[in-house]
Amino acid sequence: MDLAFLSLPLRALADAALDRARGPGVRHAAVQVVRTRRAHVLLNDGHTTASTDTERTALSVRLVTTRGRGFAATSRLTPEAAADAADRAWEVARACAPLGVDAPFAAEPVHDDAVWVSAYEVNPLDVPEEDRAAVLAGWSAELLASPHVSSVLAKFTAVQEDRFYADLAGTTTTQQQVRVHPQVLVAGAHPRTGVVEALRSEGPPTARGWEYAGGAGWDWAGEVAAMPERLAAKLRARPVEPGRYDLVVDASNLWLTVHETVGHATELDRALGHEVSYAGTTFATPDLLGSLRYGSDLMTVTADRTTPHGMATTGYDDEGVAAQSWSLVEGGVLTGFQTDRGTAAVIGADRSTGCAYAESSSHEPLARMPNVSLAPSPTPCRTEDLVAGVDDGVYLAGSAGWSIDSRRENFQFTAQRCHRVRAGRLAEPLSGVAYQWSTREFWRSLAGLGDASTVTSFGADLCGKGRPAQAAATSHAVPSALFRGVPVRHVGGAG
Amino acid sequence: MIPAHEVVERALAAASRGDGVVVVVDETARSHLRWSGDAATSAGHVLDRRVHVAVVTAGGTAGVVSASGALDVTAVRGLVADAAAAARRSGAEAGAAPLVAADRPPSPDWHDPPVVAPPGALGRLAAEVATAARRAAARGRVLHGYAEHEVRTTLLGTTTGLRLRHVRPTALVDLTGRDDRLGASSWASAEVDDPAGLDLAGLLADVDRRLDLSARRVRARPGRHEVLLPPSCAADLMRHLYQAAGARDAHAGRGAFGGKLGTRLSGLPLTLRSDPVEPGVACEPFVVARASGADTAVSDNGLALRPTSWISDGVLTALVHTRASADRAGVAVTPRVGNLVLDGPPGGRSTTELVESTADGLLLTSLWYLREVDPRTLRLTGLTRDGVHLVRDGEVVAAVDDFRFDESPLHLLDRVTEVGRTTPAPARERDDEERTRTAMPPLRVADFAVAGPAA
Repeated sequence: MDLAFLSLPLRALADAALDRARGPGVRHAAVQVVRTRRAHVLLNDGHTTASTDTERTALSVRLVTTRGRGFAATSRLTPEAAADAADRAWEVARACAPLGVDAPFAAEPVHDDAVWVSAYEVNPLDVPEEDRAAVLAGWSAELLASPHVSSVLAKFTAVQEDRFYADLAGTTTTQQQVRVHPQVLVAGAHPRTGVVEALRSEGPPTARGWEYAGGAGWDWAGEVAAMPERLAAKLRARPVEPGRYDLVVDASNLWLTVHETVGHATELDRALGHEVSYAGTTFATPDLLGSLRYGSDLMTVTADRTTPHGMATTGYDDEGVAAQSWSLVEGGVLTGFQTDRGTAAVIGADRSTGCAYAESSSHEPLARMPNVSLAPSPTPCRTEDLVAGVDDGVYLAGSAGWSIDSRRENFQFTAQRCHRVRAGRLAEPLSGVAYQWSTREFWRSLAGLGDASTVTSFGADLCGKGRPAQAAATSHAVPSALFRGVPVRHVGGAG
Repeated sequence: MIPAHEVVERALAAASRGDGVVVVVDETARSHLRWSGDAATSAGHVLDRRVHVAVVTAGGTAGVVSASGALDVTAVRGLVADAAAAARRSGAEAGAAPLVAADRPPSPDWHDPPVVAPPGALGRLAAEVATAARRAAARGRVLHGYAEHEVRTTLLGTTTGLRLRHVRPTALVDLTGRDDRLGASSWASAEVDDPAGLDLAGLLADVDRRLDLSARRVRARPGRHEVLLPPSCAADLMRHLYQAAGARDAHAGRGAFGGKLGTRLSGLPLTLRSDPVEPGVACEPFVVARASGADTAVSDNGLALRPTSWISDGVLTALVHTRASADRAGVAVTPRVGNLVLDGPPGGRSTTELVESTADGLLLTSLWYLREVDPRTLRLTGLTRDGVHLVRDGEVVAAVDDFRFDESPLHLLDRVTEVGRTTPAPARERDDEERTRTAMPPLRVADFAVAGPAA
């Protein structure tokens, strides 16, 4: 744990806030102190052009009472300010009392003085920025040596979140997570037409330390070495002919489809209408639990906040609920939702699945996506084997553009790299490939899964939701997969 | 807690000789209320202070450090030292211009405390919403929404002597009505400076009227249609156009604006402009760059913002420049401004009047999930949201399912056949950080491409 965070008067702040938060009809009162450190460095063609370090610390008090709810936050970390925040949370609850129905709140065992730290070897924020920039500069130099590459943008973001939580029930947690996200974007021009194309690295953000840049968890050297030829293929790619194709979707592309069409669609607060005016709703509703045919029999999706290096992995959520894993889809049928303590109680669940999260203490916790992962085939099957089973299709890798409706039903995804598949083999590169379909038709067309050797954990570290909007990070371990007869459009670029 | 103006002075006093230092302090007080039916799902009051320190070296490199919280003097000095160290690590190619000179006297309210929005600011609205929700429920309808009142006090100081202060109050409401019997939803939104000016009754009437028109439902034929874009839809599209209008990318041949300056984008005398004192959508009158980006530079902080026309009478006349990029291009600097106004010829009509003169078209409500699919043309894919209606012979005759479309806001301008009356209108997909305020007219657009069903 970070000593600077631990040196804050966390328990004194909590005592001051919780003493003032007590009152008639309080179902839940919690105080949280979150400090987020973020370091970002950007290199343009090997030269550092931006260097931004931010540190954000705040305290919040949250009340759930029989007559309504209130939340207040302050960036002042004194007992007086903490007590004032509790007073303001009460004032908010009273002001909004006309909309203050008695909402249930699921029970949770008390976790006394629990401590959790994510798995990493070297804290990237302890690494001098010169060293972080040097790695990016090395990658940039290697890429710029290629005749296909005209420019390189390289960046590295490191995040450390420290969270202290205490509630009236007696739970106290102190936690720390570290995340990193290296990224490289190369561009090049077609030698004859001058048309510019860009290619983004596929290495995902992850809850690891500085060791990640050196190859622990992702083969950066291999990816950087492969990028010039991948860019060259993109430059010579021909537009896809619209139609229906069998798709072999690499894990590097499929994770985002899982995120948008399963991850967000199984958020219970969406189903209950909490996000109607902004993020939207979902077709997956509690009355369909156990009966909704989501996808083919091959489709099994799990949620968890426990997988090592998952970006949604934690010890306890922001309502003091211990991390768990559970099923969302089994054998193609909807079996679960993601909940916080408020939404869990609405559907009569015994316990929250522990998805409450706030981007900072200036944000009220809401149900955010855990790690959501697609189970691989239990029998051996490489990506090449999936390709071999396709007579005429398209192979897609790397995530690019996405768009999905507010019910999570109709989507469109593009990719970084696409190839035609002919007679079971990868053929010429394609440009402008977009697969656009409805969520359930797509997942019902799932006809093959790669085995565990094809599984990689990708993820999003800036997933937005809620009003005021807040970001969260989540990971998705998925295999390669084969989908039959998917509508493909040409969208005039890789997206 | 040290007053904000003193944070600025303490930081500037810690500057090393030869370094330019910019300090931006944002003091924010925000109340919010989100509801579903007759229950609040989130309600809060947040007080926040963020301090951004940028150091620009004589060599033109820059480093930025930000922190939130009640910083003491030692911590403030530490920010300056950290930013200076970051600036010295940066590459020589940063090319930051010297800091903006002190060409104006300090803001007269420089020493004033921050303006605070009280925790109960949305109490009256909560009561109105509760009443409206009960009335809606009696008609089988459910109201969902979000309201926010924020006051942001920004102080900006530089080692060149600028001392600028701006207070930006905003109050907004998003309202969605759902009628499950009709399988329909509708949406309306407003943004004003003062929560007392929020007209919930007016928004409710809009939402109810659109739901009432949804009793009959037909399928839209695929292909191209004449569409009527209400001001909010125009705001979403123009926001994307403005976001992509950076001069640096255009001059490097990237994006959709390369070689386009001076090009006619519309046959109509459309004007797309920004003006920090535009009534109803006023914004900061000087550059506030909390970090450098593709078309923003921390060294430009404090630069006075003036009325800027990006498109004049249908012709592209300016791109977004930093002082450095404008200098390289040999043009006058045109920094990004925090608002955007689209105007047509005088005498523009309202959305209702546009409907009355439509023979066969689709009336949209709002746009959603616009994402770029081709940066070279600024082609976007997106969806209509919360209601599309079929218009025949001047009347709405049925509801149509929401649909996916592919359009470039750049190319769409040439298919605008009528421009209505401009009013303040927030975009549906907002950027909570930057919050470009928008005033837009309804637009009549020919040959709008319907790509497929939304669901």
